[in-house]
Amino acid sequence: MTGSMARSSSPAIVADGLAAAYRDRLIWRDATFRVNTGEFVAVLGPNGSGKSTLLRLLLGLLPPAAGSLQVLGERPHRGNADIGYVPQRRNIDRDLPVRGRDFVHLGIDGDRWGVAVGNAANNHQRVDQAIRSVQAEAYADRPIGRLSGGEQQRLLLAQALAGKPQMLLLDEPLASLDLRNQIVIAELVAELARANGLTVLLIAHDINPLLPVVDRVLYVAHGGVAIGKPAEVITTEQLSRLYDAPIEVLHDSHGHMFVVGLEAESAHHDA
Amino acid sequence: MPELYLAAAPYFGWDLVRVVQELFRYAFMQHAFEAGTIVALSAGVIGYFVVLRSLSFAAHALSHIGFAGATGAVLVGTAPIVGLLVFTMSAGAVMGALGQRLRGRDVTIGLVMAWSLGLGLLFTRLYKGSANLAIGILFGQIFGITGQDVAVTFVAGLVTVLFVLAVYRPLLFATLDEEVAEAKGVPVRGLSIAFMVVLAVAVSEAVQVVGVLLIFALIVAPAAVAERFTTRPSRGVLLAAILAVLFTWAGLSIAYYLPYPVGFFITTIAFWSYILARVLSGVIARRATGRVRPWREEQVRHSP
Repeated sequence: MTGSMARSSSPAIVADGLAAAYRDRLIWRDATFRVNTGEFVAVLGPNGSGKSTLLRLLLGLLPPAAGSLQVLGERPHRGNADIGYVPQRRNIDRDLPVRGRDFVHLGIDGDRWGVAVGNAANNHQRVDQAIRSVQAEAYADRPIGRLSGGEQQRLLLAQALAGKPQMLLLDEPLASLDLRNQIVIAELVAELARANGLTVLLIAHDINPLLPVVDRVLYVAHGGVAIGKPAEVITTEQLSRLYDAPIEVLHDSHGHMFVVGLEAESAHHDA
Repeated sequence: MPELYLAAAPYFGWDLVRVVQELFRYAFMQHAFEAGTIVALSAGVIGYFVVLRSLSFAAHALSHIGFAGATGAVLVGTAPIVGLLVFTMSAGAVMGALGQRLRGRDVTIGLVMAWSLGLGLLFTRLYKGSANLAIGILFGQIFGITGQDVAVTFVAGLVTVLFVLAVYRPLLFATLDEEVAEAKGVPVRGLSIAFMVVLAVAVSEAVQVVGVLLIFALIVAPAAVAERFTTRPSRGVLLAAILAVLFTWAGLSIAYYLPYPVGFFITTIAFWSYILARVLSGVIARRATGRVRPWREEQVRHSP
């Protein structure tokens, strides 16, 4: 397995009896878990189960409804420079007249007031470095709306990295990519995380492209949260209990996992 | 009114120094150039963000709401600019508070816009003044600007430009990537409100030059042209400001020599610049794609 070498004893995330609510609606509760520094965690679960909400809590955009939460040794707060965030993407306008490079640059000083004065050379170097680290040199100077989904994803990742974070929160970075690109991006994230000692929480729909790179899986479903090694959490017994419904986990000859019964379950609950 | 000021046999020829001297011979032309330049600079700068934030229609609506304000102000005996500012800034604050939800509200914005024009029409009738008042507000009255108006315009223009400079990076961040900007601590909602209020100031200024109906020419057109030629935001802002100033100078200069309204010339220059920009940038893009390979091939190259 590709467990992180840089793992230290201090945990990156500590949640204790944590609950999340949006307005008056409770989304999940009783979440108690730890994520270690340098760990790569995939966040899985059906639509609307509160995966993105977990990221919003970590970013300090939403206060916990109950329980306590510590991120990198402190309470979550907006504008935490140690967290790099790539939200779920809506389509970027094809005609947006802005280069990918400018998007990356915002990751360094986009939150500072005024126009950039001084330090320009240093910042350009950091932008170049971030773009190189995701191998996006070839198209970083083109309008970002004209790039493919995978290329955009790399540049947005570069934006998050440009701020020199300790933790990456990625919301469905693999969505709308073909399988080949899903694997490429997943490996790129793992490689960057290893090289920089980053803790990664990555929301995904399908665990399979992530199986070679993840340390653990955080399952958010049916008002609760479960964490563990993929082989421990993604089992017929665990998921059936988590969903409170008959779920079956199938394995193919390559070790891929297929969760059966989820679609019917989420359809039932959305209705 | 422009007709009253038309110079007798003004000089026009190859001696450019004499042409400039001729253009600045009268105080009304000096004031027109001074106010026009300030208005164009601020309209161009803020216009870049208007286009980037897809707020063209909202900016247009703001100016119409200003029409009701300006005519209402005259009715109660104050200066039109006061009514303009009060109405547009209030409407701007509401629009700004709506933020992202403003997008796709074309019907609501359009209805408010139409009603504002209707109100303005009523106020004009109640005032029992000449139709010139309404015409002036609707189509601009740059040649009627006084030295005091120039001073007011200067302050408003300064506020607009200083605001954009002060919030440039977070405004760009919030415009391009609202969610990440919010997570990074950028006050997205506050910026949205402040932006719309300052836009209201810029719109109120621009009304003096091109009037309520022709506002697109100074706020939207220069930015739309600039966007066709640069993918760098800092250059886009600069280019939009320069273009807005050039449109205004050209319009004023032509209107000095010809007995037709300056609003016609500025909008005509803006329109044809945009058409020319579309054609030119299309040609440039086609040449570029001839050299640079399409993305699909590169994507394969990046896969292992």
